[in-house]
Amino acid sequence: MALKNYIRERFFPHIWCPGCGHGIVLNALLHTADTLGLERSSLCMVSGIGCSARISGYVDFHSMHTMHGRALACATGLKLARPSLNVFVPMGDGDATAIGGNHFIHACRRNIDLTAIVLNNRIYGMTGGQFSPLSGRGIVATTAPYKNIDEPFDIVNLALGAGATFVARTTAFHVREIASLLKQAVQHKGISVLEVLVQCPTYFGRKNKEGGAVEMMELYRDHTAPLGSAKLAENPSLIPRGVFRSEERPEYCEEYAKVIARAKE
Amino acid sequence: MKAAGTGKSPGGRAKKASAAPDVRFVQGNEACVQGALYAGLNFFAGYPITPSTEIAEHLAELLPRKDGVFIQMEDEIGSMCAVCGAALAGAKAMTATSGPGFSLKQEAIGYACMAEIPCVIVNVQRGGPSTGLPTKVAQGDVMQTRWGTHGDHSIVVLTASSVQDIFEITVEGFNISEIYRTPVVLLFDEVVGHMRERLIVPPQGELSVVDRLYTEVKAGVNYHPYLPREDGRLPVSDFGGVHRYNVTGLFHDIFGFPTENPDQVNKLIHHLVDKIENRAHLLARWKEYHLEDAEHIIISYGASARSARHLVEGRRSKGDRIGLLDLQTLWPFPAQLIREKTAHAKNVFVVEMNMGQITTQVKQAVVTPNRVFLVNRMDGMLVTPTDIGTVMRTVEGRGF
Repeated sequence: MALKNYIRERFFPHIWCPGCGHGIVLNALLHTADTLGLERSSLCMVSGIGCSARISGYVDFHSMHTMHGRALACATGLKLARPSLNVFVPMGDGDATAIGGNHFIHACRRNIDLTAIVLNNRIYGMTGGQFSPLSGRGIVATTAPYKNIDEPFDIVNLALGAGATFVARTTAFHVREIASLLKQAVQHKGISVLEVLVQCPTYFGRKNKEGGAVEMMELYRDHTAPLGSAKLAENPSLIPRGVFRSEERPEYCEEYAKVIARAKE
Repeated sequence: MKAAGTGKSPGGRAKKASAAPDVRFVQGNEACVQGALYAGLNFFAGYPITPSTEIAEHLAELLPRKDGVFIQMEDEIGSMCAVCGAALAGAKAMTATSGPGFSLKQEAIGYACMAEIPCVIVNVQRGGPSTGLPTKVAQGDVMQTRWGTHGDHSIVVLTASSVQDIFEITVEGFNISEIYRTPVVLLFDEVVGHMRERLIVPPQGELSVVDRLYTEVKAGVNYHPYLPREDGRLPVSDFGGVHRYNVTGLFHDIFGFPTENPDQVNKLIHHLVDKIENRAHLLARWKEYHLEDAEHIIISYGASARSARHLVEGRRSKGDRIGLLDLQTLWPFPAQLIREKTAHAKNVFVVEMNMGQITTQVKQAVVTPNRVFLVNRMDGMLVTPTDIGTVMRTVEGRGF
């Protein structure tokens, strides 16, 4: 199927700023759906609030644009009520780990078959550049004019600690890697958490003197390295990319089917 | 001679069935569970909270036996969100809570109002504010059910004063949520939730059950999920069905896509409010006792109405012209009903366990608001017939 069949052309142009990394993730998502030959009516996207959440409007899936932080909780109900749906949950960093932090760790723990994509631009973009739990110390934001003093989360470690069964990370620079990791995430049975570092030149880049989209993506190229690579071994301060965990564990919907069977005994 | 009449019930009794009656002796909370299952509930998401927990416990046991989903979520917010998601996937979905949890659910209740998601929220009231009196009765959440979530909106709130009524109003609640595609709040209280009484579960088919109205638009044809029919109803297509569309909490157009177009925004907000407020007369449910010639009319609801009824029956037997209006629809407020029923009353007494949340509404509805008196009790104890009698004697000039 042509890629354009996976989008709702009627609703373009999109609302993202020039240079925003979110479109790159959307592009990879469409390629993944196409590569796997996924039927549109079997696809569902549930999103929260923020720049990343707007992805759900542009894909020709069943789409539920919910509340700030609540996408995973809504998706959990939706998936349990209709387990045949293939459910994607794109979230921003604030969306997933601040206001939605509780839903995030519990969705990981529950191991329900959802594909959670955290588009981590380390800033609240929609509201104009406030620091998030992913910004980290020393970052300048509109709510941290004298530099941020908050320690950041590490989404990969958070997901691993909460029990997610597929955890991966890549960046908006590594376009093919996004598609390849997304493909693995979709095929994984259980919760998949894919963190994608995405540039926000408008708010993060400008405030923190990281330059425009191109310069920010070059930082992703230079400051990250694949897991197990010589580059990472030589320089452990680089941000590792790749699959951190991929393991089989009982999936929630399948386990619930067993509850039904036991209840009827 | 007890009930002089019962408020109309458009759902009504569909047909008489002949099977042996299913009679039980159960709590109000269990009657709510039975009513929900009767109405076709197949998804429940909840979080433990006193005094509503029995609803979750019973459904954890009963739903899987009927291929339904029970999930205990990580919090009250998540429960309400899961209900919204499940309802879009086609489920008849419910959650149950009490005051503190109800506060947390307000965000997603607003989402359900905006996105027109049919669902049912049970609030078994306890004393508030805050943690309040977890095991004691109160009726302080009446205004919160109406205005708890932000922004102009409308919502349907039903209540009941007996175990049997809880069963029947729960079925009604599901029906109304389907017809108007709106969240419906079942506002009970600790006393009716926990008291045990006889419940007769009617055979399936005796009470009418409204199922979701599905669109007849075929696959491949443009389906407009948010284009109301002439009668205001929105035929739906489930997530997973042939029509793929967007659902959002933002103001949206007929495709469900976000819009800031002033005309579309104006049209939507009026649709959301009018679909319920313009049908207040259709949505009014009540029970009435001895109202025809009553000089003194008590208006009450929930557990308070039981004390009121005890007093009314006692005084009637002594020849007093006194009657009771037991409200079952609190919102949209049945102002017209109250104006009509109290037209010839000398005094109106509103009995409720709060500082006068329904009393204020009654004063606005009646012709002579200065003849409306509040009888309340706020100490966690059930308002008694004696409490009511004391206020009445004072008003009537008969002293204490």
